[in-house]
Amino acid sequence: MNAGEEITLRVWRGDAAAGRLVDYRVRTAEGMVVLDALRAIQATQAPDLAMRWNCKAGKCGSCSAEVNGHPRLTCMTRLTEVAGEGNPLTVAPMRAFPVVKDLVTDVSWNYEKAKEIPPFSPAPRDPDGRRRMYQHEVERVQEFRKCIECFLCQDVCHVIRDHPENKPKFAGPRFFVLLAAYEMHPLDTANRVEQIRQDAGIGFCNITKCCTEVCPEGIHITDNAIIPLKERVVDQHYDPVLWLWRKLTGRGKTSAATPPPSR
Amino acid sequence: MMADTGAALPAATLRRDPWWLEILPTIALLGGFTLYALYVIFVNNHYYAEPYLSPFYSPCLAAQCQHLTLPLVGRWWTLSPALLVLWAPLGFRATCYYYRKAYYRAFFWAPPACAVRDLPKAYAGETRFPFLFQNVHRYFFYLAVIVVLFLWWDALLAFRFPQGVGVGVGTLVMLANILLLSAYTFSCHSCRHVCGGHVDAFSRAGLRHRLWEAVSRLNERHGAVAWASMISVALTDLYIRLVAMGVLHDIRIL
Repeated sequence: MNAGEEITLRVWRGDAAAGRLVDYRVRTAEGMVVLDALRAIQATQAPDLAMRWNCKAGKCGSCSAEVNGHPRLTCMTRLTEVAGEGNPLTVAPMRAFPVVKDLVTDVSWNYEKAKEIPPFSPAPRDPDGRRRMYQHEVERVQEFRKCIECFLCQDVCHVIRDHPENKPKFAGPRFFVLLAAYEMHPLDTANRVEQIRQDAGIGFCNITKCCTEVCPEGIHITDNAIIPLKERVVDQHYDPVLWLWRKLTGRGKTSAATPPPSR
Repeated sequence: MMADTGAALPAATLRRDPWWLEILPTIALLGGFTLYALYVIFVNNHYYAEPYLSPFYSPCLAAQCQHLTLPLVGRWWTLSPALLVLWAPLGFRATCYYYRKAYYRAFFWAPPACAVRDLPKAYAGETRFPFLFQNVHRYFFYLAVIVVLFLWWDALLAFRFPQGVGVGVGTLVMLANILLLSAYTFSCHSCRHVCGGHVDAFSRAGLRHRLWEAVSRLNERHGAVAWASMISVALTDLYIRLVAMGVLHDIRIL
């Protein structure tokens, strides 16, 4: 694809009731991203095209959509990058969430899930009034802080994307990242394992790694968050030797799960 | 919250790339390996060509073994000796986090590829039998470590020829195989957890932190060594089998 060439964008238009794919012709420019092309359509051909965007720098997580069927940030997807996938180029809303209008989806389910997670619960301060932790022990959870909440991982996760009936009992990859950030934090005192197993439903994840593949921040969601959490659940529920060890020594005993915060 | 369903898109996926190509190597390799393993187990012959013992039959525990490692099972065991041990390394692979991704995609189509609709209408993941059983992976890891130790012993014995110490092509094949198997076993996610991943405050567990860091570095290549070690096991057996059958002549290097 060369600058100045015309391409066709096939954009999903509609609302919660019905919708269809509509073709628009757009003249390309050097360095153009999919969001630029959508804005050009909005400016010249379809002023009522609904879409979210904000920073245009891959940091606000607003412009998530499915480009040629792949969950992507439209502001970080160059037309040259996807040109090889064929013409026309398809842009559709995230499939896992209800459509509000066109490319705008209702992602409030994620905020409801966030409310179920007990907040960071640090240990009491040291006698001198400070809290101490070392860089090498928080490095592991710093990766999780990169999350921009674009919800592409939630969108691609087949547990809810293809089986929405699982939504009440499954938190999704974004919230496993959050739970891992707290659970592995050297100062956090809450016992989250029971919540990870029961309420967040980590057993539903069959670790097919699509969340990791679509993460625009490159967070190793499956290897560094979900699998380590699964292993912690195994420690408490599926390891007979550790169970016997806890019974005999009283060490590593689990306290009652921390209740979710009252709202 | 609004209705749970997303946009009514006209297809199971809007992906334009040949996503089905991703699962073909998995189907070919895992399917091929399974068939080859079944053949090796039930043919129950040509698994030892002095001084090489096939990894499918190691450790050989039955009295009827062509090369006995440990005489734990008497002559009453008339089935293939491979059946006595192979369930452990195969169980390790079957419950491996990496292979789970590969076969859930390729054989269960849950999902066949990212953003491509699942084939099964209902889905419970690993919350119910039989997939709840995946949680015993760490026990297969412990067993796999024992098998790896025996395979190292076999690799050492592969230097011992009737005429004295030497090196044959088979020695190098067995050495490469055990190196790949060790890399696969010790890069496992359960190993990473057991070595130090379970610790929150690394400042109070220096040794476990160093171990966790080392396993984490290996773990980044877990998928690659999973394939490489599986292929190497089959090729090592094939080499020893062909030598035992007299089809190939093992060349002595030293």
